[in-house]
Amino acid sequence: MIIFKGVHKWFKTLHVLNNIDLHVTPGEVLVVCGPSGSGKSTLIRTINQLEPINEGTLIVDGMDLSDKKTDINKLRAEIGFVFQQFNLYPHLSVINNITLAPIKIRNIPKKEAEEQAMELLTRVGLAEKRDAYPLQLSGGQQQRVAIARGLAMKPRIMLFDEPTSALDPEMIGEVLEVMKDLARSGMTMVVVTHEMGFAREVAHRVVFMDYGVILEEAPPEDFFMRPQHERAQQFLRQLLTPMQSQ
Amino acid sequence: MEHFFNISVITDNFTYFMIGRFPHGPLGGVGLTLYLAVVSCILSFFGGLILGLLSVSRFPAVRYPALAFINLVRGMPLLMVIFWMYFLLPALFGKIAENNTVIMALSLFTSAYMSRIIVAGIDGIPKGQTEAATSTGLKSWQVMYYIVLPQALRNMIPSFVNQFVSLIKDTSLAFIVGVSELTHVATQINNRTMAFPTEIFAFIAIVYFILCFAFTSLSRWLERRLSWSKAI
Repeated sequence: MIIFKGVHKWFKTLHVLNNIDLHVTPGEVLVVCGPSGSGKSTLIRTINQLEPINEGTLIVDGMDLSDKKTDINKLRAEIGFVFQQFNLYPHLSVINNITLAPIKIRNIPKKEAEEQAMELLTRVGLAEKRDAYPLQLSGGQQQRVAIARGLAMKPRIMLFDEPTSALDPEMIGEVLEVMKDLARSGMTMVVVTHEMGFAREVAHRVVFMDYGVILEEAPPEDFFMRPQHERAQQFLRQLLTPMQSQ
Repeated sequence: MEHFFNISVITDNFTYFMIGRFPHGPLGGVGLTLYLAVVSCILSFFGGLILGLLSVSRFPAVRYPALAFINLVRGMPLLMVIFWMYFLLPALFGKIAENNTVIMALSLFTSAYMSRIIVAGIDGIPKGQTEAATSTGLKSWQVMYYIVLPQALRNMIPSFVNQFVSLIKDTSLAFIVGVSELTHVATQINNRTMAFPTEIFAFIAIVYFILCFAFTSLSRWLERRLSWSKAI
């Protein structure tokens, strides 16, 4: 579904992605973790070309991103993306946030798009907020709307870039529940997160990155119980017991 | 016999101040001032929008001419632009009414300033908005039209108001090419009566103030109505 082959990316002189090889199969839930600055956000943003790659091959849903002839907008319509900062459109109501892309890109009639949007809102538990504006919602609610917006295009892949990092602790659970649901429904997902509970419960594989390199790639039980790489061991120690790690 | 402030020169010529010789002759006075301001305002809004969008284009061949034009116009006094249009447009396109050459000059001049307001407004929208819209598969013009501009335009309202208040006052420069707007009418009456410059120019100062104040009040109301950040 997503294939990285020898992918490199530089920001000026900074080598943010260094020879990435990665293969995500349909229906797989992949969790990417690593310290900040490790390149994990850049990695996920290359998949829908919010960040173009400099070298190597990246094939997503059968389309080659390094090929100039690839219609990138068409590919992006097949990939949902959920941001750390939600990025809902503040000037549009919740329902219009969700229906905008289906109406404008898929040319779905407004009524039908709204029916679908209501189904999605019900699924994320926010049906009664259809006419609210994003800034009237809590962070957790905004992120659930953002997930509904991502799903409205009926994507084949969902990408999550630290979806719970900007949330208050008591709101993280509600967002993770929605994501777990989605994972169990068989959606192909790539999730950048530090929520190790989520990774343990629904991930099929965990990738650990640092300095733009994939250092470890393992099923969650192996990754958490027997991390091989020294950096991964250190990272997990800090994540699990931040106070005693030094 | 000489009063300190002789109001009769105003009352006697009130209709002339307001609408010139209209309806028996061409519109003048306040009526013409408003006409020039409103038409130039509308034209320069769209002119500024187009120039602004061109000047942030991805293509250098589009961006640089737009920027060159904006800087050229901003580097000239308005009076010079009015003269240019007054002499240049008829030379290029044959006879053109003075009113229209002034409208062209005001619109071009204000468009150049407007375009920078629009660029600043577009830059002020967080990058995440563009990324979110792009990631749903919207094309870049759709992102601009449905997501960025609606938010940016609302943020720009105070700057627009500034610019348009300037524009209302700038119409007074049209008197130099014989367009009979309020200032021109005032100088005419002053030349005819010879004795009441204080009264006449105090009066038109008040009229300009009322026009500008009415416009700023209107826009405050508009700002409140368009506010979408209801929960902040």
